[in-house]
Amino acid sequence: MIQIEDVTKRFATGQAALKNLSLSVEKGEMVFVTGHSGAGKSTLLRLIALIERPTSGQVIVDGQDTRRVTRRKIPAYRRQIGMVFQDHKLLYDRPVFDNVALPLIIAGVGHREAARRVRAALDQVSLLHKEKQSPETLSSGEQQRVGIARAIVSRPKLLIADEPTGNLDPDLSLEVMRIFRRFNEVGVTLLIASHDIALIDQLGCRRIPLADGSLQEEEEEDVVAEYMEELESGQVRSDWL
Amino acid sequence: MKRPSEALAPARRSGVISTWFSRHVSTSIAALGRVARQPFASLMTILVIAVTLALPAALHLVIKNAQAISGNWANALDFSVYLKQGISESDAKRLAGIIDQRADVDQVVFISADEALAEFRDQSGFGAALDQLKNNPLPHTLVVRPSAASTEKSMMLLNEELSNLPETDFVQADTDWVRRFHAILEILERSVVIGAALLGAAILVIIGNTIRLDIQNRREEIEVTKLIGASNAFVRRPFLYTGFWYGLGGGLLALGLVAYGLFALQPPVARLAGLYGSSFEILSLDIEEGLLIIGTGVFLGLTGSWIAAARHMRRIEPR
Repeated sequence: MIQIEDVTKRFATGQAALKNLSLSVEKGEMVFVTGHSGAGKSTLLRLIALIERPTSGQVIVDGQDTRRVTRRKIPAYRRQIGMVFQDHKLLYDRPVFDNVALPLIIAGVGHREAARRVRAALDQVSLLHKEKQSPETLSSGEQQRVGIARAIVSRPKLLIADEPTGNLDPDLSLEVMRIFRRFNEVGVTLLIASHDIALIDQLGCRRIPLADGSLQEEEEEDVVAEYMEELESGQVRSDWL
Repeated sequence: MKRPSEALAPARRSGVISTWFSRHVSTSIAALGRVARQPFASLMTILVIAVTLALPAALHLVIKNAQAISGNWANALDFSVYLKQGISESDAKRLAGIIDQRADVDQVVFISADEALAEFRDQSGFGAALDQLKNNPLPHTLVVRPSAASTEKSMMLLNEELSNLPETDFVQADTDWVRRFHAILEILERSVVIGAALLGAAILVIIGNTIRLDIQNRREEIEVTKLIGASNAFVRRPFLYTGFWYGLGGGLLALGLVAYGLFALQPPVARLAGLYGSSFEILSLDIEEGLLIIGTGVFLGLTGSWIAAARHMRRIEPR
């Protein structure tokens, strides 16, 4: 589903976020990208979402070479991918239902069909009863679930998520991961950037550890130790978007 | 397997069109709602547009009415036919009778040389000086009033024929100043068009600026919608509709302002016309002119918002 081949991303400052990175994610996989802040997780997801372009190398998503996706084609390309963000990125001037319906409206799906799909998506994240509320009145966990419903409402084959549990307590995090798991079971490929090693271990999914913009095969204990360190120093946060 | 899909195709296409249509309707209504939610700011914008549209429309009306009034004057003009010296009073009177028979003549008034001299004596104050004259230097005069149905062309013909009469010394038709007045009105009309073009540019700036602020306020929303796959056209659409509503509101209000102005002017104009014994009524905007004002408002609204959206939307990309 995703092939990253020898990708380097250098910012205008000259700093390299990714260095000669190569990896691949198969169809139907649920994979976690791990590593501490600045390891390149967010940059990797941004390249897949075409928010950034690689300085060199190739990003292939679902058989599409992203170099061939021109500016004009980016919207259509993004519609094939579900995206979940740490800060939810909901629109607070409209109710939950309208937030979830947005990708379908963009895609030009008819009213009745859209309503049906929005309710199905909200049902999957157990928020059907809150469709008329404003996102502001929801808890952080509920808001994240609205964000997830919006990401899956157009039935993408690939879903990418950056620190989806970054702002949630352990119980809510597990709930969110269970929802992801269910999508994975029906064939959705998931690529999730996360710090939450303990949670990932619980799920038993493949991990792609990044450090300094490259793949790193480290001992798990080290990763956990680093994570604990970051937790203590309050560095645990996403800087994606 | 091919048949059912072929049978389905037209139904699906009409479904796509109706979906597209209903999305436009809901986007336009949402934009209208947004305009209505900030009543004061929106009203200000609409008022500025309305005044800017009403100004050239009102000037146009003034000119149109001036043209209508002076058009009447041109036809109501009399010809003064000065007869040659030596034509007797009886010949002159007979000639008056002949001219009066013409279809294109309404009325002929005969002014004898003596009458003319008496009038001149009364009005000029040269009484004593005139008494010194042995002969009356003034000729007999026929004041010919063309019929009400006269056109400019028939007037010219009448003028020519009167001039060619053997008894005629010369014919004075004071249409020159009317023609000059018309020329001045034409210049004014042209100036209104130029002024209207400048004011139109001002409206573009006003709407463009309003939409730019609107875009800035909704920057986050634009970023999020682009992030989940909205095209530039999709993101632009609500702003175009906002511009449309501003333009439409401005156009309608401009019509209202002009109509109110006419309403307020009607009584004094009627009084003035009464003093002249005329039944003149102010000409108001006709349907085409009204539609033109509304259409101009809508066109400028859409164009202004399109320019603003094209300029600022591109720069807003997800970060």
